[in-house]
Amino acid sequence: MSVTNETSLVERLGARFGDMLTVKVERNEVTAEVAPRDLIAVATALRDEAGFRFTTVIDVCGVDYLSYGQTEWDTDTAQGESFSRGVEGQAVGRFTWAERPRGVEQPRRYAAVIHLLSVELNQRIRLRAFCEDDAFPVVPSITPIWPGADWFERETFDLYGIIFDGHPDLRRILTDYGFVGHPFRKDFPLIGNVEVRYDPEQKRVVYEPVSIEPRVLVPRTIRNDADLDQARAESADHWREN
Amino acid sequence: MEEIRNYTMNFGPQHPAAHGVLRLVLEMDGETIVRADPHIGLLHRGTEKLAESKPFNQSIGYMDRLDYVSMMCNEHAYVRAIENLLGIEAPVRAQYIRTMFDEITRILNHLMWVGSNALDLGAMAVFLYAFREREELMDVYEAVSGARMHATYYRPGGVYRDLPEQMPQYRESPWHKGGDLKRLNAWREGSMLDYLTEFTNDFPKRVDEYEALLTNNRIWKQRTVGIGVIDPEKAQAWGMTGAMLRGSGIAWDLRKKQPYAAYDKMDFDIPVGVNGDCYDRYLVRVEEMRQSNRIIRQCVEWLKANPGPVMVQNYKVAPPSREEMKNDMEALIHHFKLFTEGYGVPAGETYSAVEAPKGEFGCYLVSDGANKPFRVHLRAPGFAHLSSMDAIVRGHMLADVVAMIGTYDLVFGEVDR
Repeated sequence: MSVTNETSLVERLGARFGDMLTVKVERNEVTAEVAPRDLIAVATALRDEAGFRFTTVIDVCGVDYLSYGQTEWDTDTAQGESFSRGVEGQAVGRFTWAERPRGVEQPRRYAAVIHLLSVELNQRIRLRAFCEDDAFPVVPSITPIWPGADWFERETFDLYGIIFDGHPDLRRILTDYGFVGHPFRKDFPLIGNVEVRYDPEQKRVVYEPVSIEPRVLVPRTIRNDADLDQARAESADHWREN
Repeated sequence: MEEIRNYTMNFGPQHPAAHGVLRLVLEMDGETIVRADPHIGLLHRGTEKLAESKPFNQSIGYMDRLDYVSMMCNEHAYVRAIENLLGIEAPVRAQYIRTMFDEITRILNHLMWVGSNALDLGAMAVFLYAFREREELMDVYEAVSGARMHATYYRPGGVYRDLPEQMPQYRESPWHKGGDLKRLNAWREGSMLDYLTEFTNDFPKRVDEYEALLTNNRIWKQRTVGIGVIDPEKAQAWGMTGAMLRGSGIAWDLRKKQPYAAYDKMDFDIPVGVNGDCYDRYLVRVEEMRQSNRIIRQCVEWLKANPGPVMVQNYKVAPPSREEMKNDMEALIHHFKLFTEGYGVPAGETYSAVEAPKGEFGCYLVSDGANKPFRVHLRAPGFAHLSSMDAIVRGHMLADVVAMIGTYDLVFGEVDR
């Protein structure tokens, strides 16, 4: 896709939707943020109107922005303490259910991200709708507009607990029958809560609290140093001209 | 007279035609499907969550295990997403290698598909024929990466290593000796590219063999023609891509429409179907194998003529060579940092898609600047396709469900993730 393609799509979006969408273009990808209350109107227009024609829903997924940008390794200042700088974090994989991070405030934690494709006009768009209420995240369902969104929304509900209002059949899809919790939330432990085994005495499969310890070897690090800039500069020779 | 009621039937999860672990709850009116409710997730491993707890490179191996019959294509989507965020591009030779292996993977996948689909529908022999050629191509996987299936060969910034100069040969053993051994090693005298040249010369004849077994086979046509018809509008609304969409007559292929790697320099055609039934999708996939063969041949020719680096010379992302590491302090530090901490990826988000054999395989990657992904979402084509099952098989016979599962080309590694 050429850059002009995206620019004109952005212009068309601006002309049609005005303040309903916050549009930005990064790496030739168009991202539009939309309030949940406008989602249905926007999505219907994107599907039907000339200049958009997004007839295919590629993907719907959830994102939990809790702990976004948090690290386990202090890299801003030089210290003599070496290893004591690290690994007290609460990043994914480091806690059990009882130790899960609580009281961490993250305004607008959950978002539903929708990827659309127009086969006719060969263009893509990403819609992001943040849920208003973190305790009870709800966004309207786009399944009535694209039947292909059905399972993707079920998956997002299953893994993140985002409710899709208007979905015809919002059941769990990937997790076990009778599963408790929404496992892809950032405060759900990587090791899970229960494990399953066959009990020869009861002659059936039983669920028990997990016996394994959380274990992650590599600390989560964000380095705001020159590494990445240098990396980009070094790769500046464009490979096609090599 | 007693009232006749619909009854509910469990298809799978342990059923040879369920292609793994599909549990299908079917409501039947005699032999006719009234409602189909697929239950999936029996193979759910939480790949996306696991990826959040590891440095970027350590998840490449997990990608192989998603769609475990088109391994390198999955890697390609993930690796391209990382490259997008890092703002780097692989050297041109690596792009050609990736193109070649994507097409080898496509043939591997379609062979598995044609074999198992035919087996489901009662044609035993095709499976045996298809696995013969699969074996030849898996040797190429093994030669280049050391693993027959789960290669972990693509890396951000290129591929793990250059193609081998010598194709590994069979050694003499009680099972392989004499003329048998000579036949097995006939193609293996030269490099891997020579081996592939022999393969591409031979393969069209092999496809003719599969076609001789199926294309005009009366039973095959009775089981597939007019079954599972999908019209193009519905195919788009259900999020179908790949052969499912092309079978309905829409010439949509990411390799042509949004080219990546070296596809814009390749000469190949996109086959499309007319009626959108199982038979058309069969024809589309068979023709895709022939086209893949063409692409492989073009890549082999280019790769033979153009040696060069296969990995970016950027030690912030790609490890230095062993040799350099032994002599250079800087290289040793880079190596240590890469394998203990990994590399940070600039904050942002990207969606990168490749035309995997089954359809559009995409990777939505969110990074907050850390050495681990913040969120990875893998868009599996099989997941979108299977969701249309209920709407398509309603009114069909029970045996057609098997044909439909076959034509979706399902692999539960990617559906359940």
